[in-house]
Amino acid sequence: MEVELLEIQDFISQHAPFDQLPEEALADVVRSVEISYYRAETNIIDFKDDINELYMIRSGVVEIYRRNGNLYNRLDQGKLFGQMGLLTSNKVRFPAKTTKDTLLYCIPGSVFYDLCDRFESFADFVEAEDSTRLKQAVENKSDNGNALTTSKVKTLLTREPLILPSDSSIQSVAKIMAEESQSAALIKDPSIDDQEGYSFVGLITEHDLCAKVIASGLSVETPVSEVMSTELMSLDHNAYIFEAMLIMLRHNVHHLPIMKNKRPIGLIEVSDIIRYESQNSLLFVSSIFQQQSTEDLAQLSVQLKDCFVRMVNEDANSHMVGRAMSEIGRSFKQRLLELAEEQFGPPPIPYCFLALGSMARDEQLLVTDQDNGLILDNSYDEKLHGKYFEKLSHFVCDGLDACGYVYCTGEIMATNPEYRKTQTQWETCFTDWIDNPNPKALLNCNIFFDLTGVYGRVKWAEQLNAFILRRAKKNNRFLACMARNALNRKPPLGFFKDFVMENDGRHNNSINLKRRGTAPLADLIRVHALAIGSQSQNSFDRLEDIIEAGILPKSKGADLRHAMELISLVRLRHQSLDVESDIEPDNNIEPENMSDLERRNLKDAFLVLSNAQNFLKYRYTANKF
Amino acid sequence: MHNFTNKKILNWNAYLQLQAQNCKDSRLKTFYKTGTYHDDTLLKDIEFVALDFETTGLDPKQNSIISIGLVPFTLNRIFCNQAKKWYVNPQDKLEEESVIIHGITHSDLKGAPDLRRILNQLLDELAGKIVVVHYRNIERDFLDLNLRALIDEGIIFPVIDTMQIEAEIQNKQIQGFFNWLKGKRPGSIRLGNSRLRYNLPGYQPHDALTDAIATAELLQAQVSYYYSPETPIKNIWL
Repeated sequence: MEVELLEIQDFISQHAPFDQLPEEALADVVRSVEISYYRAETNIIDFKDDINELYMIRSGVVEIYRRNGNLYNRLDQGKLFGQMGLLTSNKVRFPAKTTKDTLLYCIPGSVFYDLCDRFESFADFVEAEDSTRLKQAVENKSDNGNALTTSKVKTLLTREPLILPSDSSIQSVAKIMAEESQSAALIKDPSIDDQEGYSFVGLITEHDLCAKVIASGLSVETPVSEVMSTELMSLDHNAYIFEAMLIMLRHNVHHLPIMKNKRPIGLIEVSDIIRYESQNSLLFVSSIFQQQSTEDLAQLSVQLKDCFVRMVNEDANSHMVGRAMSEIGRSFKQRLLELAEEQFGPPPIPYCFLALGSMARDEQLLVTDQDNGLILDNSYDEKLHGKYFEKLSHFVCDGLDACGYVYCTGEIMATNPEYRKTQTQWETCFTDWIDNPNPKALLNCNIFFDLTGVYGRVKWAEQLNAFILRRAKKNNRFLACMARNALNRKPPLGFFKDFVMENDGRHNNSINLKRRGTAPLADLIRVHALAIGSQSQNSFDRLEDIIEAGILPKSKGADLRHAMELISLVRLRHQSLDVESDIEPDNNIEPENMSDLERRNLKDAFLVLSNAQNFLKYRYTANKF
Repeated sequence: MHNFTNKKILNWNAYLQLQAQNCKDSRLKTFYKTGTYHDDTLLKDIEFVALDFETTGLDPKQNSIISIGLVPFTLNRIFCNQAKKWYVNPQDKLEEESVIIHGITHSDLKGAPDLRRILNQLLDELAGKIVVVHYRNIERDFLDLNLRALIDEGIIFPVIDTMQIEAEIQNKQIQGFFNWLKGKRPGSIRLGNSRLRYNLPGYQPHDALTDAIATAELLQAQVSYYYSPETPIKNIWL
């Protein structure tokens, strides 16, 4: 009697490597399945147990561990485990444990071996997986574990924390911190004899010394207990690095004591995490500089997507991904410029190659066009030097296009003679924009207010930025114009199962999260940033400055930060999913592809954006002053 | 008719032996003779079989079974390679409304055997095991009454009802003054909804075999949440 196991058949046939099997072979697999339910936090198989089955996760999450207890892999729906043991010794190589309630399909070893024998694609899959995992294991070992999600915070610790009594003077604490080159110290109660710091009561950082002591002219003889932070967050040494990152972001702290058995064993800083994460992309950056031609670079650029997907899968936040992707984009530019100078000879006069827009803001994701320009030395002479910079610009922009950074449709590129200006010409240009603001003219030059130098005399870009800030800060007419333009793109009203509800009641079946979400947010943040003369370029950094300046209603700054992070994360995740399913990634998202939670969160984020736009309208009106 | 659903049988083994002596049909006699587990047997030592019917309607006196799905299992494993599914030729007419629910059409039932013809195989699968169903009023009453109509003798055996278990859990969880104050209501105990609480995947309902597998998975989950492999069977069979 043929029994149709509909649900099991459907599920297995959708997942690799079974999706490659012919129907009869698949039917044999389906019929052989045994099902087993495991509650969260249950061991499924232990090291050195006999193993005679392949496991497929029907639902839930399973973590695979190394012998030493370190996390090796985290698997979810449709993933397999146990093949390593089956292929080698029939002993469990990596113990497995559920972290969520899990339903497993258990496929007998005999069926597994039979499939390996009969189907090359199947054998390739289970064995190849094996080798890439091994490679991953080796790489992890060489740089001390790479993934934020699979490495523990304790791997970041290099030394014991400084622990000082709270009745010490600020000066003595600062002195010890300087001697030990530590940027923070834990403070303990002096009445308790506790060298280990079990009872620490506070934390003091360089920032506290600066903000609470120097800035307010407090005597350095004051006991440190008066300036230390006492609202302390801490984390167990076995927590994952990304958890540390989340806590720091959520509570906006830069130092976190790491605890082991209630004793602080170290302090980690934000910069520890960032340094750690960037190793991932550092590898990619270093290979960019080894390429010898545009063709080589174009070939390498294909891997950019994988690098991106890996970061997203490792739960890097949008700030980190944006930074890494921008760094990579800048590296492509720099290498192309080096190659151009090799080909056309050294430049006749100094210049600075500019990146504009998202790359300057450190907010680049996958789908992005190129926006760039040139600052030329004031000695520039069109007749003498024009040809050289034209050739150089075309070489770089064509190269960027070949590497996936498509030409800018608005022609904001160094190939456009408009955007190859001398230092003085740029200053005149910005002066004109700022002093004689006209919404229409400013509409297309938003992008110039996010600007950074990537090659050559990068100092000139900083000088130009400083020039812009000085002029823009107090110019209400200009700010009002920028504010008006920042209101052009309104967020939608809400999301339903399969459509986006627009403000005028129209239904759309997809939404461009860049055009309708992150871009208007960046626009809005830029206006505030210009108003307070913030030197930051990144939207998150700008927001910090804006919050500090106190021009936003209470807690609205944090709301904006969360909204920006959320919309960016959804964008990241969907681009990454597109790449993984071999679809050309874009910024459009169909609500039917979002989870209920995403829809709800996005709706909240868009509400924050909408309110912030209203506030912007009210704050920057030309005739108010 | 007896209302078995609400009657507590204190000693299932003795009851089944008595049935074995009294019944006339040889197939039922064999089934009853096999007996069942001692009531102190631990859940981990028990062989279960999850059973699900699709029927032409909801009234066991007037409607009949049209599809049977079953799968043997233990607390650790559900054995799909031993799963069975039959279509059964109904005694009454297949109504349009029920077709909408289970999707079984006249052409599926064309040439399907009468319940009597598969009774041997079916009882063979159930004998000696503990039958697990979700909502015993369907499986128990339909089998009993459909058999009465066909061979003039009914059938009764112990079952575990995952819906009853879920109802008790839900009721327990809303007890207490604070829950009352919060207006806490019991959650839905339908198969699909119950499964969600244990993070079991959603299945397309109303295929007898899929529902049987879904019921088996649910019992594994309920036991791992609220009972233990060491729980004696007498605590949950009915």
